[in-house]
Amino acid sequence: MAYFWGAIVFWILAWLVNIWIARQNESRVLNVLPPILFGVSVIFIWEASVLHFEVSPVILPPPSAIYFKFISSVPILWGDFVQTVIKGALSGYLMGCGAAFAVSLIADKFKFFERGILPIGNFLAAMPIIGIAPILVMWYGYGWQSKAAVVAVMVFFPILVNTVQGMKMSDKIHRDLMQTYNASYFQTLLKLRLSTAMPFIFNGLKICTTLALIGAIVAEFFGSPIRGMGFRISTEAPRFALDMVWAEITVAAIAGSLFYGGVVLLEKWITFWHPSQRGRV
Amino acid sequence: MVQSEVIKVSNLDLTFETNDGPVHALKNVDLKIDKGDFVSFIGPSGCGKTTLLRVLADLDEPTDGDVTVNGVSPREARETRAYGYVFQAAGLYPWRTIAANVKLPLEIMGYSKEEQLKRVAKVFDLVELSGFEKKFPWQLSGGMQQRASIARALAFDADILLMDEPFGALDEIVRDHLNEQLLKLWKSTNKTICFVTHSIPEAVYLSTRIVVMSPRPGRIIDIIDSNLPAERPLEIRDSKEFIEISQRVREGLRAGHSDE
Amino acid sequence: MNKGSWIGSDNKILPVVCIMTFIVIIWYGFSVVLNAPWEYDKAKRGSITLSTADLISQTWSQKRPKLPTPHQVTKEIWDTTINKKITSKRSLVYHGLITFYETIYGFVFGTGLGILLAIGIVYNRATAMSVMPWIITSQTIPILAIAPMIIVALGSAGFSGLMPIAIISMYLSFFPVVVGMVKGLKSPEQLEIDQMKTWSASKTQVLFKLRAPKSTPYLFTSLKLGMAASLVGAIVGELPSGGGGGLGFRMLSGSTFGNTLHIWSGLFSAAILAGSLIAIISVIQRVVLKRMALES
Repeated sequence: MAYFWGAIVFWILAWLVNIWIARQNESRVLNVLPPILFGVSVIFIWEASVLHFEVSPVILPPPSAIYFKFISSVPILWGDFVQTVIKGALSGYLMGCGAAFAVSLIADKFKFFERGILPIGNFLAAMPIIGIAPILVMWYGYGWQSKAAVVAVMVFFPILVNTVQGMKMSDKIHRDLMQTYNASYFQTLLKLRLSTAMPFIFNGLKICTTLALIGAIVAEFFGSPIRGMGFRISTEAPRFALDMVWAEITVAAIAGSLFYGGVVLLEKWITFWHPSQRGRV
Repeated sequence: MVQSEVIKVSNLDLTFETNDGPVHALKNVDLKIDKGDFVSFIGPSGCGKTTLLRVLADLDEPTDGDVTVNGVSPREARETRAYGYVFQAAGLYPWRTIAANVKLPLEIMGYSKEEQLKRVAKVFDLVELSGFEKKFPWQLSGGMQQRASIARALAFDADILLMDEPFGALDEIVRDHLNEQLLKLWKSTNKTICFVTHSIPEAVYLSTRIVVMSPRPGRIIDIIDSNLPAERPLEIRDSKEFIEISQRVREGLRAGHSDE
Repeated sequence: MNKGSWIGSDNKILPVVCIMTFIVIIWYGFSVVLNAPWEYDKAKRGSITLSTADLISQTWSQKRPKLPTPHQVTKEIWDTTINKKITSKRSLVYHGLITFYETIYGFVFGTGLGILLAIGIVYNRATAMSVMPWIITSQTIPILAIAPMIIVALGSAGFSGLMPIAIISMYLSFFPVVVGMVKGLKSPEQLEIDQMKTWSASKTQVLFKLRAPKSTPYLFTSLKLGMAASLVGAIVGELPSGGGGGLGFRMLSGSTFGNTLHIWSGLFSAAILAGSLIAIISVIQRVVLKRMALES
């Protein structure tokens, strides 16, 4: 009982602190606090509510149970992580990106091709590509290769569309300048257009980090060796071992955040010149 | 006793904190503006003329000093709708007709529907845009869009008009025409006008007083009271008095420049 | 000048048709290649030698092909839509409607939630600072992966049928709406904000008269992304339901029972459904933005 009201009080206090922080001037140190406070108060309320309302662990386990399951299953979780994220998601992501870049270069050189592939690419990027997962598992078997294939197809179209759009983005004034230097196609590409395309490319890369993870996990629902995050979830869930499922989700969330964060850092490094990175928005 | 002092600035100081370090935009600015004055602010980029206008409009806050508009703080003046502001760009909403654009402040300020219609018709007449009510901004030329923007600033009862390089983006011929119209408007409405500009002839042609400013830090170099007559056809720009005043302005600008 | 040239400088139809034709041709080719092993096996067991013509015609008409041909898929879709009663569990229309309703419910609630959150984020800095990082993180949590678990958990708590799946769709569609609307609501330029300030407009007035109209282009882009996400959520949500129906269920049962035509026809129907819904939004987008004279 006390826990529950304690959690509510903490929530209110955290909100007040956040409102105070919001009123202050920008400060790197202070800026980190609100999301942390918010997250912590949510966890407290979660824990307290589960205990107070006696929610069955079959529906929603408390954070404490998840934590204990997590630290007691690290080897399994690690194995699943390697199978799904490294072998499945990451390799598929790289393959899909590489293929998308290659095709967008072709689209850039041959305008006819670009005009045709762009509407098709936009259409397919909006499709539930995840639906080809069963088909690819049927073709490539149960191993990580089929998962990588699913991920590659899923990330291909968004990145293609974003890259093609980015390549069109350089200012006419810059391209005219290149022409006065009699620069070749490749020189203009490398020295000008790739750089101006980078913000758009990164837009696509960021979106696709989450797509890659989802693709790899869901693809495992359709068939997988006895390893992998999707496999674990699909087998533990029907057994109502929800604490394990949530532990896997935690791993997924951490992996997803690290992946996304990594791409963001790369973006900051490469496109440091763009207004959105200079804080001038 | 008629309170004729409309704007009073004493010892105004403003420093901006930017990503690239502090910028001393205004330093020790002292200024008094009477009712019915047409005051131009002229100077190179960075001299603080726009910043000064924005402080009067309560769009920027001073770091030091005292400013009163109509005897109250700029904030209270803004809240009582004491002035109309005309920006460098017309800033009309493309999804509203010209008439609807001019009506926008009236809607916000809660005028009745009949009042709105009456006032819109009146200001359209003043800026000579009658007949264009139902057009959209992109159907109008740049000059007409700026006239609509001025009409919008005149639509509600504000005795003060603050104008930030309103004609800067227009070509000289349109500019001349609008300058004439603005003078006519000023004479018929007797508003107090503060006008920021880059152009020496424009400043001298329009104003009763010219405030010459210079940058780094932004400050007033000279305040010139114009001795030109109230009736000003465009040809007055070739007169001896006009050229004398222009030269005085030019000297002020040069003096400010050589201080660096 | 390309005067009157039907290739034109902006014409999209010819290139698209060309590429599509190319894809179909390659597809037929791959059908032969992928289905051939099975054909060879069958021929070996029956001690028959296959001519090339036989091989081609056989691989294009298998009952459980590894890669069905376009005309096979089309025929399957035709059979299960036109030739079946809508209420029959074998009808693609029946399954399509189930997925459709799940998608729409999730989409509507997701959009509503997204817009409310966006307004909260734009107007309240405390909300923005606390919640925004979590909203971004929420998308790194592969909700799709735990969708089955959510369905199961809600099912045992007594919520079954359309609702839990709609919740998953809602979760997936609210994110693009939040991100897009925050961008859109913040899109007015400083000049326009200053204008409003000189008129002492209230926050509500600024929201309705300036920010909302200016965010319409962003809203439509987000709606399209949200609709696509909602559909994906609906399909994956159907996977663990084990009997509910819908296009995802159809694909899963096809996969479980080795009925590849079911998988492909389900997939194509999902694509058609997604395409139509997004096309509808696009049409509305063009009309509205034209009336508002805003670029999309």
